[in-house]
Amino acid sequence: MSLHLYIPADAAAVALDADSVTAALQVAASQRGIDITITRTGSRGLHWLEPLLEVATEKGRIGYGPVGVADVEAILTAALDGSAHPLGVGIVDDLPFLKRQTRLTFARCGIVDPRSLDDYIAHDGYKGLARMLEIGSAATIAAVTTSGLRGRGGAGFPTGIKWDTVAKTDATQKYIVCNADEGDSGTFADRMIMEGDPFVLIEGMTIAGIATGATQGYIYVRSEYPHAIATLNAAISAARRGNRLGRNVMGSPHHFDLEVRMGAGAYVCGEETALLDSLEGKRGTVRAKPPLPAHKGLFGCPTVINNVLSLATVPIILNKGAEFYRDFGMGRSRGTMPIQLAGNIKHSGLFEIAFGITLGELVDDIGGGTMSGRPVRAVQVGGPLGAYFPRELFDTPFDYEAFAARDGLIGHGGIVVFDDTVDMAKQARFAMEFCAVESCGKCTPCRVGSTRGVEVIDRIIKDDSRVANIELLKDLCNTLKFGSLCALGGFTPYPVMSAITHFPEDFGITPPSRQAAE
Amino acid sequence: MNGHLAWDETAARGVIDALKAKPGALLPVLHGLQETFGYIAPEVEPLIADALNISRAEVHGVVTFYADFRTTPPPTHQLKLCRAEACQAMGADRLAERATTRLGIGMGESTSDHRVHLEPVYCLGLCSVAPSAMLDGRIVGRLDERKLDALLAEVER
Repeated sequence: MSLHLYIPADAAAVALDADSVTAALQVAASQRGIDITITRTGSRGLHWLEPLLEVATEKGRIGYGPVGVADVEAILTAALDGSAHPLGVGIVDDLPFLKRQTRLTFARCGIVDPRSLDDYIAHDGYKGLARMLEIGSAATIAAVTTSGLRGRGGAGFPTGIKWDTVAKTDATQKYIVCNADEGDSGTFADRMIMEGDPFVLIEGMTIAGIATGATQGYIYVRSEYPHAIATLNAAISAARRGNRLGRNVMGSPHHFDLEVRMGAGAYVCGEETALLDSLEGKRGTVRAKPPLPAHKGLFGCPTVINNVLSLATVPIILNKGAEFYRDFGMGRSRGTMPIQLAGNIKHSGLFEIAFGITLGELVDDIGGGTMSGRPVRAVQVGGPLGAYFPRELFDTPFDYEAFAARDGLIGHGGIVVFDDTVDMAKQARFAMEFCAVESCGKCTPCRVGSTRGVEVIDRIIKDDSRVANIELLKDLCNTLKFGSLCALGGFTPYPVMSAITHFPEDFGITPPSRQAAE
Repeated sequence: MNGHLAWDETAARGVIDALKAKPGALLPVLHGLQETFGYIAPEVEPLIADALNISRAEVHGVVTFYADFRTTPPPTHQLKLCRAEACQAMGADRLAERATTRLGIGMGESTSDHRVHLEPVYCLGLCSVAPSAMLDGRIVGRLDERKLDALLAEVER
């Protein structure tokens, strides 16, 4: 008797005891004399089912979840004789949560062994790089531009234009930097790629390097992600052994190598210029632009700096063609977005779909409402600097421009759901407090304004000259928004102002619309 | 805690020399030293400055900028509780209060016997299995009263 099992080594599964489950399975199998193979994969993104154990069968992989150590014996019996088990979810690929997705960036995540180069190649890996070497730099950059791919870190800047600028800047040394400083609460897609399909990121960076003439890349990963760092390092070593990194990549005349660098607990280093300073061994303070990193970036050299998801999407664009990718999406938001459902939500996890799906569909249909079973009151989209949306705005389509038009942002695609127990004045205060803690200190609006913001909100909560202080807070938010050097100070007003605008009752004021109606 | 060396200048120089050739070596050097000794001793700053040909002020500025770098020896256990929005939505504030009450310390403080340090973190990337915690590098998702009490019992043992 032999069985092939798959259990995620993704941090979300490990945090729910996946390692103990794996160990228990090995013990149980050896006691029964069954020959089992366990592959530690990334996560499929159905996090409410983690640890999700999958068993290979002729019909496909059958899932069981969430599996605890105590369930192992019974599941093993069920897997062997094909009987039903209460934790069985059937064929994983047929689950509606997966069926409704369009998995382009996350095509392999949760399926392959993230540390195996052979497995990556067997699942269409390195076809993008092969194509890149065939068509050359100019056509590659043109394809990335045509695909409409925009920076998935949050700013939404067209990736192809960044690459083109670096390619056209003359220099003896250029760099590719991957921003893997995924600090936004409610986001974990970068982590999932690094832990579940690191080769796609390595391939994307290699394509970027050869296309723009850079020979060295750095992946700057936050220190809170030790599992991601370990998997990336293992994959980089495997890629070097397989001639996918180093000198004469895949037999071409091009050289490209990679190194992982670990952050040190500073949120602001997710801002690209602060990240570059940190990589240079300095305090992570924000630089004034210009010069753009594409002209003078890391160590003063032309640098492509892209988010993990942007780079990890490049291989499929090259492999399947720019038009294939561009044909998904809406408006100026082309392709797909890996959306992260988090916080108080029943079906939490990763959901990749073409731009255009509404916020309401994501929260209610796909997410299944709150985990607590209480009504959804507010949803924060785009991390700690993103706006809080009430149910009235659930018709907003997931699209860079549509969110901007409603004073919000999609950011890195994180959605955090709150039920009706949330106190929005407290959330607004937290946004200012977070900005004060994480400010790099370079510009005054952010450094000083955030602390003043906490104080003003405290006075509003205490009903100390409430009306005047709300006016003051609005004015302060304006100063932060237009006077800050980067998005930390510039976007902190989004959660604060959206909380006041959409949930005024939590600040002790009557909503203006209701005043008018009375 | 767990296998850190006592401060030793020769060992420190060894760590610095092994990493100093990297471009932008300061962060890798500081991580290397903290991994070896558990903290960045004040005595090491001039050694780094000398090896990297930068001023001691620059080294000190970097050490104090980043939340990860400690300037005093670490306590036996480090319990990090995520305080960011996704965990807040799942009751992290209540759990933090439970931990501070039980340990008798505030967030960001250590117990007087130097056994436990309670650290707020802003996101462990486990937002889909919130609330989350990290005890000495081990991650825990779907933290609740029962799991938190087990972690606290472990550190108090």
